[in-house]
Amino acid sequence: MLMMILKRAGMAIPSLIGVVIVTFLLTRALPGDPAAYFAGPAATPQAIQEVRVKLGLDRPLIVQFGGYVVDLVHGNLGTSLTTGQPVATELENRLPASAELTLLGLIVSIVIAVPLGIFAATRPNSLIDHACRLIATLGVSLPVFFTGLILVYVFYYLLGWAPAPLGRIDVFFTPPPQVTGFYLIDSLIARDPETFMASLKQLVLPALTLGIFSLAPIARMTRASMLAVLSSDFVRTARASGLSSFTVIVTYAFRNALLPVITTLGMVFSFLLGANVLVEKVFAWPGIGSYAVEALLASDFAPVQGFVLTMAVMYVALNLLIDVLYGLIDPRVRLEA
Amino acid sequence: MTTIDHLTISPPPEVGRQQPAQSAFAAAIGHACYVIGENPVTGFAFGLFVLIVLAAALGPDIVPYDPLASDTAQALKPPSAHHWFGTDQIGRDVFSRVIVATRLDFIIAVASVALVFLMGGLAGVAAGFFGGWTDRIVGRIADTIMAFPLFVLAMGIVAALGNTVQNIVLATAIVNFPLYARIARAEANIRREAGFVEAARLSGNSDWRILAFQILPNVFPILVVQMSLTMGYAILNAAGLSFIGLGVRPPTPEWGIMVAEGAAFMVSGEWWNAFFPGAALMVAVFCFNLLGDGLRDMVDPRRRT
Repeated sequence: MLMMILKRAGMAIPSLIGVVIVTFLLTRALPGDPAAYFAGPAATPQAIQEVRVKLGLDRPLIVQFGGYVVDLVHGNLGTSLTTGQPVATELENRLPASAELTLLGLIVSIVIAVPLGIFAATRPNSLIDHACRLIATLGVSLPVFFTGLILVYVFYYLLGWAPAPLGRIDVFFTPPPQVTGFYLIDSLIARDPETFMASLKQLVLPALTLGIFSLAPIARMTRASMLAVLSSDFVRTARASGLSSFTVIVTYAFRNALLPVITTLGMVFSFLLGANVLVEKVFAWPGIGSYAVEALLASDFAPVQGFVLTMAVMYVALNLLIDVLYGLIDPRVRLEA
Repeated sequence: MTTIDHLTISPPPEVGRQQPAQSAFAAAIGHACYVIGENPVTGFAFGLFVLIVLAAALGPDIVPYDPLASDTAQALKPPSAHHWFGTDQIGRDVFSRVIVATRLDFIIAVASVALVFLMGGLAGVAAGFFGGWTDRIVGRIADTIMAFPLFVLAMGIVAALGNTVQNIVLATAIVNFPLYARIARAEANIRREAGFVEAARLSGNSDWRILAFQILPNVFPILVVQMSLTMGYAILNAAGLSFIGLGVRPPTPEWGIMVAEGAAFMVSGEWWNAFFPGAALMVAVFCFNLLGDGLRDMVDPRRRT
């Protein structure tokens, strides 16, 4: 088992190298003079030259790349031009907000999509099957920022159930003392139910938005793999032995149908991490996505580069985690490795 | 059901070459009609598609108002007989803007899909046909792109290359590259040793000639289906980028940027500003997704869902 994990982790290394090379090339080898860019629009030729020497841009590309890698190893992602803060620190401070939102979005989409897929598979061509297909197609067709705005209009403006879409917590509350950075968990640790409810209220709409967007692949895959499993011999045997249909579906069929669903989680994470940026903008969520968007509009490249790198590294790590999980659930994968 | 036997869009190549082009075309049309008749949803999607193309082609000529003309006396009016979709914060007619925007969004999507079709299709076919180093390099590039969450990579590319519409097209094409390259590679690979390829080789055709005249025409229909399936994603991706302020600049009418401009008014109840461009976006994506599914049935009945 350990061998399998190590082997799979080894396979992630080329991806990581690729990610580092791409994020490096994004700034250096592209049209335009990065020195003039970093020196700002009002810089004199001397100032640009100084910046060039200071950033090491006068040296060969390969040396610059070496410098970039050394910086990365030391956790240095450069400094933001607009705020003057180190990018790594800001990303670290804002990461919990994004992670809390993304994870809750994932939970929402699993909680909706998996039962939907199971119901659709147990009653093919029924009303719920068509509903499942419709929801899945609508889910991928709805622009995620549009869903978010509609939810805001309905639940904030019309019904008044949700708080204003302005950040992680209402202005009248103070954030809970930081332990994990997740407000939901931190407020529980601090035994502060009011803060917990306040932050949960802020989270519901953005998490629902993310969930709706990403549930399509999970629902489709659950349906397809449940259909395949339900027609297999062992399910027929279980049914013939007189087990209740609940036991057959949940204990026997679903556990076997779970594997392909876990594989699609990789794609779901690609959806979630990308959609996260848009949802953060709609709900003024102070995560790394909105940080990158602000920097992007100010032509401040270092935060964008740091953000792309962070997202890619997280995505590679999540894919690794999914594969390891797959091995834990399916003994056959372990044997092959 | 007999029409399926005359499937000519993706025929075994020997059959395809024996048939005269005219009858192949007629059979394809016949089969298309059959598929649309069999599946009303595809017919509906096709109707929507025609509407979208019409709006893209004629948009600026048929709209009732100038999409850029502001009229502050009429600012933020709800939908009415005069302004079907209401007016925005400086009194521009939302209906006219939504219709005129169709052309730009459609062009961005078509251009990026056509670009990735060329890049990914050619690279993938070459990788599958030649194998070896070509395959390894193309595979490595595709893997590297796949290591990023796609929208995040697109953001990074536009940020680095510069904030223009062309770069949105390019970024959308690049993030879709692995998908096309992989499909084209797999399809070319299984045909590499096929009888008709061997025959062409024995009659003295060079590798490149075989690639161009034997392999590519066979991989083509599969990639065309992929194009219509990714059109929806391309529109979403481009609109997402312009929603966060990349590429298209105001006051150009474009769905993503219109939703972004209308977003602020959603919390104060002026819903029409963001709703209609968002709905147009949704309808377009929905249409392309349905159409892609229908087209897939047409080309390959075995892959029906």
